[in-house]
Amino acid sequence: METETIPAIETAPIERPPLPPVFQYPSAVPPSLITQGAEALLYRSTYLLPTLPCALKYRPPKPYRHPTLDLRLTKHRILSEARVLAKCRREGVPVPAVYALDETAGWLMIEWIEGEVVRIRLNEWLQQRKDEGIAEGVDDDRLVRLMERVGRAVGRMHAVGVVHGDLTTSNMMLRPGRHAGPDGDSAVGDVLAGDIVLIDFGLASQSTQDEDRAVDLYVLERAFGSTHPRAESLFKVVLGAYGKSFKGADVVLKRLEDVRMRGRKRSMLG
Amino acid sequence: MIAIGLEGSANKLGVGVISHSPHGKPAQILSNIRHTFVSPPGEGFLPKDTAKHHRSWVIKLVKQAMAQAGVSIADVDCICYTKGPGMGAPLQSVAVAARMLSLLWQKELVGVNHCVGHIEMGREITGAQNPVVLYVSGGNTQVIAYAEQRYRIFGEALDIAVGNCLDRFARTLEISNDPAPGYNIEQLAKKGKVLLDLPYAVKGMDCSFSGILASIDILAAELKANPEQRDPITGEVITTADLCFSLQETVFAMLVEITERAMAHVGSNQVLIVGGVGCNERLQEMMGLMAKDRGGSVFATDERFCIDNGIMIAHAGLLAYETGFRTPLEESTCTQRFRTDEVFVKWRD
Repeated sequence: METETIPAIETAPIERPPLPPVFQYPSAVPPSLITQGAEALLYRSTYLLPTLPCALKYRPPKPYRHPTLDLRLTKHRILSEARVLAKCRREGVPVPAVYALDETAGWLMIEWIEGEVVRIRLNEWLQQRKDEGIAEGVDDDRLVRLMERVGRAVGRMHAVGVVHGDLTTSNMMLRPGRHAGPDGDSAVGDVLAGDIVLIDFGLASQSTQDEDRAVDLYVLERAFGSTHPRAESLFKVVLGAYGKSFKGADVVLKRLEDVRMRGRKRSMLG
Repeated sequence: MIAIGLEGSANKLGVGVISHSPHGKPAQILSNIRHTFVSPPGEGFLPKDTAKHHRSWVIKLVKQAMAQAGVSIADVDCICYTKGPGMGAPLQSVAVAARMLSLLWQKELVGVNHCVGHIEMGREITGAQNPVVLYVSGGNTQVIAYAEQRYRIFGEALDIAVGNCLDRFARTLEISNDPAPGYNIEQLAKKGKVLLDLPYAVKGMDCSFSGILASIDILAAELKANPEQRDPITGEVITTADLCFSLQETVFAMLVEITERAMAHVGSNQVLIVGGVGCNERLQEMMGLMAKDRGGSVFATDERFCIDNGIMIAHAGLLAYETGFRTPLEESTCTQRFRTDEVFVKWRD
């Protein structure tokens, strides 16, 4: 029996709907596409003044999703994202400010955050260390401090009653420190320097339940383990800093153990 | 090199014979035979009945597979069997059969992780290089990507598997389990038009299905009590087909979404769908649309390889065998819990 290769699936061409009017307003700097995330397209544009940069997050209709379901999800996600961002902002959690939105057209305009996502910085750093021939497992103070900042930022967000829903190192920015303080590390040439700013609250919700918080941490832990195999052990530092960040954090950490157990149990059947 | 593979982690018993030629030529499938234990409508397959089915068919299937492959016992290099994950009793009966063959034919054993079997067979048959893998079946729902000698699980179902959700809804509707409950739901869903509101449960790259199953079961009970129900928006009469349609549209949208998120996360634009639910053409179509939107492509296999089969066990086992992996007779156990990321993937860079 000769085995034929099964080729990739052919699909009908996708008809893209026109972009919403916000993309053509004459006062704005034409939006330029920065990245295609899983859910949304992220553009850089300006808000009110040509000198005030902003991020324009557009959730185009998903061709694979039933239109009714698509509209329901898009509306819900844009509104809840804006609500959550406003709440975090009010309570002093480092997140981008909300400028404007249109939930039926599917866009949200927020503050532009300078810097780079933690995932890229972490990989750069791991590569640098490899190039310099430093053995793995040697604890570096700067890395430990970064992990502590991550833990504290997540803790602060949970303390105000927000769970992120998609915590990964791609959803955390390292903004160049505006001041060198206990939370900012601005040594020149240090790729791990900067303030943590949490971004992409597209799956966030408002909750103070230990279960939701623990699941948030679990998602982060798994994302850590799956993208930074060498940084896995450092997640303990994140949890350590998280545990000290607010009252009740230790209960969440206990709950995390349950969530982990449940996650593991999911290998039951074939 | 030639391997025979025995699979029986759920209600399918599969035996396959594969041949790997040197110099990286594609593997040759010499035979791939399957026999399925089908339970009556409204019922699932029980471990003891399934094990009994496997015990009574395994010898017949092995003989048939060897005859079809046209190879002699002397040509076979190793015997591969499913070590797990799966249902205990069916796994055990197949492991016993594998041990017996090993002693009888004086061949070495290779215990194979069922999930890795699916992934490797999917890669082999489609030629997908380094895809994000969506593994969806009656027992598993995982989004997997390869990194550093492991198939790492990025997202998975936090409660029941997607296939289990579909199978159990088929039981609620008391539709046939032949050839597969999911297949019959798919056929019904093709006639559905009205999209009913169901929970949508995605958490990061994980998802959950038990709440959806509970909701759709309630809707089905309401429909049974009052068959004249109409959709408040369109005024159309709601049917069982609409229930199947709504269920599929919702759960598949969730699966495509978590796959897309994993793709964005690892920066890949290839997707490979494996596992029994991967046969569903609507899921393949939705995944295709998503991938196209991202400038990528989707690979899926047909029922010969999607649904549990022996050839995938033979293939993955032979890959391991070629790197020197062996399962000594004393260690030729099976286990219900065996995570995809526990396997050290020595055969990939």
